[in-house]
Amino acid sequence: MYLRSAYEIRDKYLRKDMLPTIFCPGCGIGSALQYTLRAIDDLKLNPDEIVWVSGIGCSSRVPGFVNFDGLHTTHGRALAFATGIKLANPNLKIIAFMGDGDAAAIGGNHFIHAIRRNLDVTVILINNFTYGMTGGQVAPTALKGLRGTTAPYGQFENPFDIADLAVSAGANYVARWSVFNYLQGINSIKKALQKEGFTLVEFLSPCPISFGRRNRMKTAPELLRWYQKITVPLAKAKKMPPEELEGKIVIGEFVDRDRPGLVREYEAYKKRAKKMMGWEE
Amino acid sequence: MRYPFPVGKSDFIQGDEAIARAAILAGCRFYAGYPITPASEIFEAMALYMPLVDGVSIQMEDELASMAAIIGASWAGAKAMTATSGPGFSLMMENLGYAIMTETPVVVVDVQRGGPSTGQPTLAAQGDIMQAIWGTHGDHSLIVLSPSTVQEAFDFTIRAFNLAEKYRTPVVLLTDAEIAHMRERVYIPNPGEIEIIDRKLPANEEEAKYPFGDIHGDGVPPMPIFGKGYRTYVTGLTHDERGRPRTVDAEVHEKLIKRIIGKIENNRRDIISYHTYELDDAEIAIISTGIVSRSAVRAVKILRDRGVKAGLLKLNTIWPFDFDMIEELAERVKKIYVPEMNLGQLYHLVKEGANGKAEVELIAKIGGEVHTPMEIVERVVG
Repeated sequence: MYLRSAYEIRDKYLRKDMLPTIFCPGCGIGSALQYTLRAIDDLKLNPDEIVWVSGIGCSSRVPGFVNFDGLHTTHGRALAFATGIKLANPNLKIIAFMGDGDAAAIGGNHFIHAIRRNLDVTVILINNFTYGMTGGQVAPTALKGLRGTTAPYGQFENPFDIADLAVSAGANYVARWSVFNYLQGINSIKKALQKEGFTLVEFLSPCPISFGRRNRMKTAPELLRWYQKITVPLAKAKKMPPEELEGKIVIGEFVDRDRPGLVREYEAYKKRAKKMMGWEE
Repeated sequence: MRYPFPVGKSDFIQGDEAIARAAILAGCRFYAGYPITPASEIFEAMALYMPLVDGVSIQMEDELASMAAIIGASWAGAKAMTATSGPGFSLMMENLGYAIMTETPVVVVDVQRGGPSTGQPTLAAQGDIMQAIWGTHGDHSLIVLSPSTVQEAFDFTIRAFNLAEKYRTPVVLLTDAEIAHMRERVYIPNPGEIEIIDRKLPANEEEAKYPFGDIHGDGVPPMPIFGKGYRTYVTGLTHDERGRPRTVDAEVHEKLIKRIIGKIENNRRDIISYHTYELDDAEIAIISTGIVSRSAVRAVKILRDRGVKAGLLKLNTIWPFDFDMIEELAERVKKIYVPEMNLGQLYHLVKEGANGKAEVELIAKIGGEVHTPMEIVERVVG
């Protein structure tokens, strides 16, 4: 892979009149965005045929910064909007940029059903364990004991493992990295963008301001060291007993399969309908 | 093109079926929905027809998703519709507001049933009038149409698509369980007999740069649909003419919201539609909408037979509301009666319109039955 300079990527794909971004110092969203743009660039995809969708929250502002068609929708509902876009014009490639609360809490139902349908979409999921834009409330991915403004004494609920959930619901491709896994991240997005059906790349992404500050990790490097402590590569995790994996987050490529996507299924359905009605042989 | 139902002739069909057929003739090629009584037959008909006309019909996970999907489809260039009943309509309110804010042409059918909550799923009501007009939050405007026969359900559906496309706005077709399930003779025209309006597209790159501006001076910007290379950014946040978020700028917010409301209000004469019956010399006016109007017509006949100069104003458009026309009418008549299947929603609008120029009396009925003509007559003659 030829690595262009970040300036080239910025100048080629970002809307200059929208800069600077709203992101805080130390935020990981810019990195995940850069990886996505590098993947698009490397694959030489036509920007005119890509639509970015998002819900609400910090990560959802991404479609505004990139120079593509974009739909910044309501909280959690990006994938429901995407279903309409994709089925109405299957030629469009859809990238959904979502947050953890966006995808797994308010949008949880849309999330699992989009995966069940195998909607042709690539989800870039920013998991920072918190609701960053609204000021640091706990997210459904927050590990037990982590603090947020709505769990000042430490989260007492069980967290969702989004990647696990996506695999079970039937996604074609699921990978999870921290935003510090630079090459793995870009390679996963490239794979995801080339596949039919539902593909998901989840990034553990630092949020020092809303999340880290409340959990004794005020800077991105502190969060990075924490990620190093809590993440376990998939191959290693397979050999570890469950009690040792408690409180850890497995990273890696969880599934890579080729079930037919929603668009292909609907095209076949249309043919079947016409045949059953005697309109076509 | 080939249609999966007979065209250019009459058919004996339900209201829900009429709405589905009209949508397809109006050019609707994307339907997303979630089953709910008494709107499910619209979905079932769409499920049957859509694949045959190369359209999409998809059962979403809920009403929030259905509303979201049709907005997405509209930005991808399709004419799109969903249908629901009161409880599902409540769930759509968030994204209905999004459609208003992003000026997305879509049609939403609300087949009213008795409420609140799960209420009376199989029985008719007119309890969603205020929800249709004011259900979503913030200052806004949209278009609400109300049919009273199965033929009107058909005709108004086509009109709903045309108005949505013309003004780049969501249009609500507010019908009820009675019309939805009633079978009547409906003329299904040949496609050539129908006037179809399509949304204004940008004529060039320059026009496409202002997807939320007013470059033609009519308040309705051309819609740069996705995939054409215009790189349009659409957001529910307060945005400027180019679509850039400007959330703390009072001036930008006011300009945007006033234009969105203005494009409906300034075109009231085009959008508002009504029928009158024996109203010219009337001393008693009955104002009604939807299914109740049919009893009201009969009531006027009976009243005239009894020497009472009664007349009917049947509202086909509920919003925008013609307050001025109601005031003019109130100046001419002694009293206005408003029979409706709720405890006074249209009544509030009529009373505001009458502006004290005539006494306005509500004839409310809830529980699922339409007013009988005699119930109206008896209230009028005392």
